[in-house]
Amino acid sequence: MGKVIVITSGKGGVGKTTTTANLGTGLAAAGQKVCLVDTDIGLRNLDVVLGLENRIVYDLLDVVEGNCRVRQALIKDKHFGESLVLLPAAQTREKDAVSPEQMVELMAQLKEEYDFIILDSPAGIEHGFKNAIAGADQAIVVTTPEISAVRDADRIIGLLEAAELYDPQLIINRVRPDMVRKGDMMDIDDIDDILAISILGVIPDDQDIIVSTNRGETVVMDKKSRPGQAYRNVVRRILGEEVPFMDLQERKIMHWFKRILSGEAQ
Amino acid sequence: MFEFITKLFGGSDGSKNKAKERLRLVLVHDRASLSPGLVAALEAELIEVISKYLEIDEEGLDVSFDEGDDSVALIANIPVKNVKRKI
Repeated sequence: MGKVIVITSGKGGVGKTTTTANLGTGLAAAGQKVCLVDTDIGLRNLDVVLGLENRIVYDLLDVVEGNCRVRQALIKDKHFGESLVLLPAAQTREKDAVSPEQMVELMAQLKEEYDFIILDSPAGIEHGFKNAIAGADQAIVVTTPEISAVRDADRIIGLLEAAELYDPQLIINRVRPDMVRKGDMMDIDDIDDILAISILGVIPDDQDIIVSTNRGETVVMDKKSRPGQAYRNVVRRILGEEVPFMDLQERKIMHWFKRILSGEAQ
Repeated sequence: MFEFITKLFGGSDGSKNKAKERLRLVLVHDRASLSPGLVAALEAELIEVISKYLEIDEEGLDVSFDEGDDSVALIANIPVKNVKRKI
C-alpha cells in the first residue's frame, strides 16, 4: 500500500514543481515505484520540468471523467520507465473541474500500484489546493527564506492542520549561503524558530537547477551538484534514514576568520 | 573599528534580523485572525474570570488584536455594569 505525499506552498514560485520532480526522480532512483500527479489544472508544468511534454495524450481530467483508463494516461519517465510515471494536469479547463471526492478515489486506486504518489499542488488556498490535499496522507510545505514565502507557509501549515493533515514537513528552497553568512538571509534555525515544524531539507540556490530544467532533466540525478545532493538527502530522509543537514557554508576559511575576530574560537 | 571589521566580514547586523522581527509580528496577527475559535475561547474564559469580580455586559464585550508598528496588543473592551459587593 503506497503513501500519498502532497507538495504544497502558500506563495507561488517557490519551487514546488521542481521539488516534486526531484523527489519523485530521487525516490525512483532509490528503487521505489513512483507516480507523480500534477494537480495544477490550467497551469500544467510538471511535464516540462520532467522533459515529458511531448508525450501527453490523456490527462488527470480524462481519468476522473472516465474518458480513458488510469494506465492509459500515465506517462513513463525517460530514465525509469514503469517505476516513474506522470499523470499530467488538464491544460484547457477550470480548476474546479475535479472534485476532492474524485481525488480521494483516484489516490486509493494509485496506492494499490505505487509506493509513493507525489502530488504537485497549485499555489494558494483555493479549490486546487483543497483537491490536492484531499487524498493525501502527508504534506511537504516548500518555502524560500523570504518573509512573504514564510508567512504564506505559516498559513498553509494552519490550513493543513485544520484539514487533519498533521505534522507537515518543511523544505527550505533557494537558500543562498553567501547571504546567510552576511546575515542578510534567514537560515534554517531562524525559520525553525518561527514556524516550529520539522524541517525535511534545505536546498541551496544554484544555477544547476535552471540548467537541468532547461534540458528537461532533474538535478537530483547530477552526482556533482550541490542542490542535487540536498535533494538526495531529502529522499533518504523520506525513506526513514537519518541524514545530517548539508553544510552550506562553502567558504570555510572566511567563516573561520570571522570566528577568530569575534572571539568565538576559544 | 571592530564594528567596521565585523561589517566587512559580514557581521550580525544583517537584514535578516529585521525580517525575523517583522515576520514574528505579522504571524501573531495572522494566526490570531486565522482562528476565530481562539478569540471565542479567550472571550468565554475572560467572561468567566471577570464575572467573579464584576458584573459585566457580555453582549458588549469586544476582544481583538491591535497591531502597532513594533508590537501587537490584545485589546479587550469590557463594559462593566456593576461592581460586586462581595466576592
